[in-house]
Amino acid sequence: MNADITLTVDGRERSLTVDPRTTLLDALREHLGVTSPKKGCDHGQCGSCTVLLDGRRTLICLALAVAHDGAVVVTADGLGRGDELHPVAEAFLDADAYQCGYCTPGQICSAVGVLDEAADGWPSAVTPDLAADEVVLDRHEIAERMSGNLCRCGAYAHIVDAVSAVGNGAVR
Amino acid sequence: MKPFVHVRPDSAADAIDAVAADPDAVFLAGGTNLVDHLKLGVATPGTLVDLRGLTSTAVEDLPDGGLRIGAGVRNSDLAGDPRVRRDYPGLAMALLAGASGQLRNQATTGGNLLQRTRCAYFQDVTTPCNKRVPGQGCAARDGWTRYHAILGAAQDAAGLRHCVATHPSDMAVPMVAFDAVVQLAGPDGDRAVPLGEFHRLPGDDPSRDTVLRQGELVTAVDLPPLPVAARSTYRKVRDRASYAFALVSVAAAVAVEDGTITDARVAFGGVAHRPWRATRAEEVLRGAPATEDTYRAAADAELADATPLDTEVGGNAFKVPLLRGTLTTTLRRLAEERP
Ligand SMILES: Cc1cc2nc3c(=O)[nH]c(=O)nc-3n(C[C@H](O)[C@H](O)[C@H](O)COP(=O)(O)OP(=O)(O)OC[C@H]3O[C@@H](n4cnc5c(N)ncnc54)[C@H](O)[C@@H]3O)c2cc1C
Ligand code: SF4
Ligand code: FES
Ligand code: FES
Repeated sequence: MNADITLTVDGRERSLTVDPRTTLLDALREHLGVTSPKKGCDHGQCGSCTVLLDGRRTLICLALAVAHDGAVVVTADGLGRGDELHPVAEAFLDADAYQCGYCTPGQICSAVGVLDEAADGWPSAVTPDLAADEVVLDRHEIAERMSGNLCRCGAYAHIVDAVSAVGNGAVR
Repeated sequence: MKPFVHVRPDSAADAIDAVAADPDAVFLAGGTNLVDHLKLGVATPGTLVDLRGLTSTAVEDLPDGGLRIGAGVRNSDLAGDPRVRRDYPGLAMALLAGASGQLRNQATTGGNLLQRTRCAYFQDVTTPCNKRVPGQGCAARDGWTRYHAILGAAQDAAGLRHCVATHPSDMAVPMVAFDAVVQLAGPDGDRAVPLGEFHRLPGDDPSRDTVLRQGELVTAVDLPPLPVAARSTYRKVRDRASYAFALVSVAAAVAVEDGTITDARVAFGGVAHRPWRATRAEEVLRGAPATEDTYRAAADAELADATPLDTEVGGNAFKVPLLRGTLTTTLRRLAEERP
């Protein structure tokens, strides 16, 4: 039984009809032509499909489109304003934080999520003081918080540089 | 993927009725385990009953000083909760050691408890598996057992192990150590089940992971007030530093007064069909001096009945010394910490 759903994707309201089996990733890529989120593993293991779903970084290969009727989706493509790149995207360019670029849209969305989560004071598995209100995003913290995004080209060191540059204003 | 119907009832009661009335219906929470299983053909439900908006997303204070965690609370929100970080740090650490930032934003408390084993043969429908298809056999017991059980999966009278899978949750390990209670709502009313009795041992019916009945909904997990939990920790040993399941893990809480252990809570992950409460280790620890000998004796007591697997493609005997070392180190560090 197909379902009619509406999504707000990168600021535009889009209506579509989907089979309940359709993931949000396939709905975006195959139905709406929004190809910035990438399909790497399709099983939640690589992070290349990361978008901001209702404001939070999320893997949309494990999300059914019918379960997210009415959702607000921001992909890496929709992060900037007009011709202006989002600061995180700009930092990825500056730090040369990619090689083939396949994982990059997911990395950038994930990094935006990391910065929001750190601003909210959320600890990570490597945070020394769990009760601390403020998070210092050093390289160790960034690597841990970005661990859900694999990069087959191994651009990790520069990815950490890029996130670090935005997170703390300077590369530590 | 087999076709299914997706429904979103107006209330939790309607959701319970929908699943209770149809053996082919299942609840859908964050979807991070279920959607994967739909793709793999491991789960083939006819109807998905969506819980979004129907289970509580609140962490509430209980009158006795404990916490009630709604089944819909996401793993990331629970790990970030200031009360959890302060009063039950081992739980926050376990949550943060699980999956990735994205997955923790999607995974719910209820779904985390009900996630199924990561046994590679369970996930591969071309191999025999008693958990997927009762009576089919078990590909793991002669196969690749790095992530499999060393406790609670003993042979039956005929010398057979029906299932050697482990429960993969990190969150559940400290919860079971802290005497958490699972609140259930079902077609025949509500009940409360201690988390330690919620997950089953495989026995001769590994198809059932838990004591949950068809249509029963996890509504919340209650944590009792537990002063010792303020000095708790979680140590997870895995094949890479992050974003990997546990080979072995230890949740522990200890209280030490004048060099004597006055209270201890210990549970293991990655080694049994359920989060493993180490009651024998706790008995050794309580009242004993906080020394290396005590920690080793506690580990030995709990691991005395370990039944590691020895297979041609690599058994899991390494998990016994690994867990012994992880437990003793964890206890030593915890006891040496100034409160
Ligand atoms: C790549 C990857 C890595 C991971 N790594 C880890 C890890 O290191 N540690 C770890 O602990 N976990 C890990 N996970 C697993 C993850 O934690 C679980 O998938 C998640 O917690 C499941 O929650 P969910 O809300 O998405 O459940 P769903 O997938 O929606 O549901 C899972 C099951 O629970 C049932 N269910 C859900 N809610 C209820 C309820 N309220 N009452 C009754 N039944 C219910 C569903 O019917 C289904 O059978 C990983 C997952 C992936 C994909
Ligand atoms: S260990 Fe359990 S889940 Fe894995 S193949 Fe054997 S029966 Fe199936
Ligand atoms: S495609 Fe979604 S995590 Fe790999
Ligand atoms: S840049 Fe190629 S996969 Fe990351």
